[in-house]
Amino acid sequence: MIDNIKNAMPQLFEYLPLHPEQASSVSLPVDILYFVWMALSLFFSLLIAAAAIFMMVHYRRRAPGQVGAPETHAPVVEALSITIPFAIAMAMFVWGAKLYVDLRRPPENAVEYFAFGKQWMWKFQHPNGLRQINHLTVPRDTPIRITMTSEDVIHSFFVPAFRVKQDVVPGRYTTVWFTATETGEYHLFCAEYCGTEHSLMKGTVTVLEREEYEAWLRRESDPATATPASTGEELFTSLACVTCHEESDTTRGPALHGLFGSEIRLASGATIEADESYLRQSILEPMADIRAGYQPLMPTFAGQVSEQQLADLVRYLKTLGAQRASVEHPRPENATPQHGSPDRVEETRSEPTRGRQAPAPAAGASGG
Amino acid sequence: MSTASRASSAMPPARRPAENYINRDWSLRSWLLTVDHKRIAILYLISVTVFFFIGGLFAMMIRLELLTPQGDLMTSDTYNRMFTQHGVVMIFFFLIPSIPAVFGNFVLPLMLGTIDVAFPRLNLASWYIYSIGGLFTLAAVLLGGIDTGWTFYSPLSTVFSNSNVFLAAIGVFINGFSSILTGLNFLVTIHRMRAPGLTWFRLPLFVWAMYATSLINVLGTPVVAITLLLVVLERVFGLGIFDPTLGGDPILFQHLFWFYSHPAVYIMILPSMGVISEVISAFSRRHVFGYRFIAFSSLGIAVLGFLVWAHHMFTTGMSVYAATVFSSLTMLIAVPTAVKVVNWIVTMYKGSVAIETPMLFAVGFIGLFTIGGLTGLMLATLGINPHLHDTYFVVAHFHFVMVGGAIMGFMAALHYWWPKISGHVYPGRWSKTSAVMIFAGFILTFFPQFILGYLGMPRRYHAYPEEFQALNVLSTAGASILGLGYLLPAIYLTWSLVDGKRAPANPWGAAGLEWQCPSPPPVHNFDHPPVVTDVYDYGDEHLLAALATRAAKGVSVG
Repeated sequence: MIDNIKNAMPQLFEYLPLHPEQASSVSLPVDILYFVWMALSLFFSLLIAAAAIFMMVHYRRRAPGQVGAPETHAPVVEALSITIPFAIAMAMFVWGAKLYVDLRRPPENAVEYFAFGKQWMWKFQHPNGLRQINHLTVPRDTPIRITMTSEDVIHSFFVPAFRVKQDVVPGRYTTVWFTATETGEYHLFCAEYCGTEHSLMKGTVTVLEREEYEAWLRRESDPATATPASTGEELFTSLACVTCHEESDTTRGPALHGLFGSEIRLASGATIEADESYLRQSILEPMADIRAGYQPLMPTFAGQVSEQQLADLVRYLKTLGAQRASVEHPRPENATPQHGSPDRVEETRSEPTRGRQAPAPAAGASGG
Repeated sequence: MSTASRASSAMPPARRPAENYINRDWSLRSWLLTVDHKRIAILYLISVTVFFFIGGLFAMMIRLELLTPQGDLMTSDTYNRMFTQHGVVMIFFFLIPSIPAVFGNFVLPLMLGTIDVAFPRLNLASWYIYSIGGLFTLAAVLLGGIDTGWTFYSPLSTVFSNSNVFLAAIGVFINGFSSILTGLNFLVTIHRMRAPGLTWFRLPLFVWAMYATSLINVLGTPVVAITLLLVVLERVFGLGIFDPTLGGDPILFQHLFWFYSHPAVYIMILPSMGVISEVISAFSRRHVFGYRFIAFSSLGIAVLGFLVWAHHMFTTGMSVYAATVFSSLTMLIAVPTAVKVVNWIVTMYKGSVAIETPMLFAVGFIGLFTIGGLTGLMLATLGINPHLHDTYFVVAHFHFVMVGGAIMGFMAALHYWWPKISGHVYPGRWSKTSAVMIFAGFILTFFPQFILGYLGMPRRYHAYPEEFQALNVLSTAGASILGLGYLLPAIYLTWSLVDGKRAPANPWGAAGLEWQCPSPPPVHNFDHPPVVTDVYDYGDEHLLAALATRAAKGVSVG
């Protein structure tokens, strides 16, 4: 009998699952926290329901004129009703916050992808420049970091099997990272309501074994396709950025070599970390965070470059940034699969958002 | 002054039992130009009921569409309008005004032992402002609808939506003034118009809840009003405030919006909590337990409620440090809410508990609100928020708080004070059936949505993957029971006006000043300002004597 139930359980959960597939490195820790919370919630809900029913039955009115006992005070009850919820809430807060830090901080060796959301599709770009629409193919057991932006409204990148969700916001970069641990195909949803076909803005994330991924990538990629960084370099020339940004600082503009990942001082006196968002913003709104010692001469490129071109430029600038930084601070060995991509070297960055977290220790601290 | 003018107005027909606020004048004009807080409460009751059923109709359309995975009942654009209009109507035109404007208006002056609110004309003006705002929003619905989600997120709302954002935003903007003015009116009334002896710590807990709610209304509503005005300015004049292509910041909109809209959740739930404190005490015939703890927990919730808004934004890319601060502050709200729940339960301990309809709704509130509160803590937990955010888990959570909490409280209040308001008794069997149907239908509708959400079904989805269908079917089945449960009171309460027995002044045998004046109350409420000692005293000699007389006569409660 009990064996029958035991045998039926997996089948039952196949029909009525309580959690999505566990397909990333954070799936299990998230599930454990969730189910512990669920158990606590059920326990307290049932406790309160049982108490209420007991009171209603046991102290039910037995005669029409009956009244309850006179007012009482029980400081112990009040103290418990304050301390127990406080203790549980704070313990769960600490647990959740620790996990959140892990969810937000990508491993140093994460491979870098780009994603663009637009009504109502997802566009992805692999490190070697290969593009996919509404499909994302990634290797297993490899940390993936995706830098994302939107071309119109706010979207949100949500893969339930990976337990990750990150809003994709127009006008700025956000990042999400995950390490897929199981091969297979998983739902990709847009989780932020984005207009008419919101519910059709979905896709698939395919996780392949590394070797299969490499083979797939070779098959899909056209060797003649330029890499994002080389496209970015061409843009850098064609947009005449080189006129002011030379290999060393000039009066017109600072050199961009060694810039990425460094702490720079702004004209306002503040310091800021030169990350992807800073590069992006400086191209679109050069006056917003102007570097100390320079005149506000640079024109805006807003409206002249697409999000895709911006991403290419940023990737190119990152290769420049790595050139000097890698000389000053040798990077840890890269444990990720080799794609032969020129922007592999700098994938050692750990800070997802600009200037909001502790400075990256590996950053080339050349200053502004 | 207003007393004199009312006393001199039309006298009742000779054979009426007594003149009261209803029968003193039946003309439409006397209702639309009334400055009597009780009549204004009736005006609000009719308006919010209309909006409730309009919002409910949208909800039924949503649930019907979700019966099948394909979006086959209506187009995506129609579906998006359904959930947007459901949210806008229910939140801004039902939940926010419901208890304060209806029962706050009706019983607050009675509970304070006074003749009216501090500014009766302003009170009527508030209803007109609410109605004008409502008409704008209805116009937006009828002229093509709104499809931005009730949250009006930019730049979808300011640049990309082709629907009637302007009309709807203006409607909500106008409605905000009604909230602000009602809040102001109540604050002044509570400060200045308490009966002799009614000190702050003798105030009924419903009054404390109204006080806390009014504070949030006065302090928070201007922010959302300005935010929606900015949306309109950006949409109509192209001002770059939120649109990133014009140098604006879409995340700024979310900060401004939630700075009001999170406290607004407490605008909706605090009044219900006040009702529950009254109902639990009255039907247990026992002094409310931990009076000061409940009173201060209302204020605590009102204050903390202003400090947690960014917990709606953990996935926007906000800094980890900011997320930690907002998560921990949100967790603190567990304390005042748990204090309330424990004190309600202990109030029943050694009580004389009568299982009447309002009590059923109140106990239902405690159970459902507890689940809503605990799942709120789960959502505030940073590690699992990214997975749960914007899924059906969130939908289930806030419906447990808003429907299982706020509307259960509204139903409890409606059934508790109906004999006082209408002067009639409603049929107990039907009303208990309704309470049980609403409770069961609610659980069946929204519990599956917790599981759906964890499985990953995003909210606001017109079509969904097939594996989510079974739980959606359960949810829709529950919604039809829930819908019937809400239709019943509309029928039997209306019927009670026609054919229901006359209600005595104090049908429940409850303490509290509002039960000392006749049902329905006369225009001036009290002949003499009552002198107040303790409004929860069930050992009071007069009350005991009255209960004994009633028991001897075999009068049982409605």
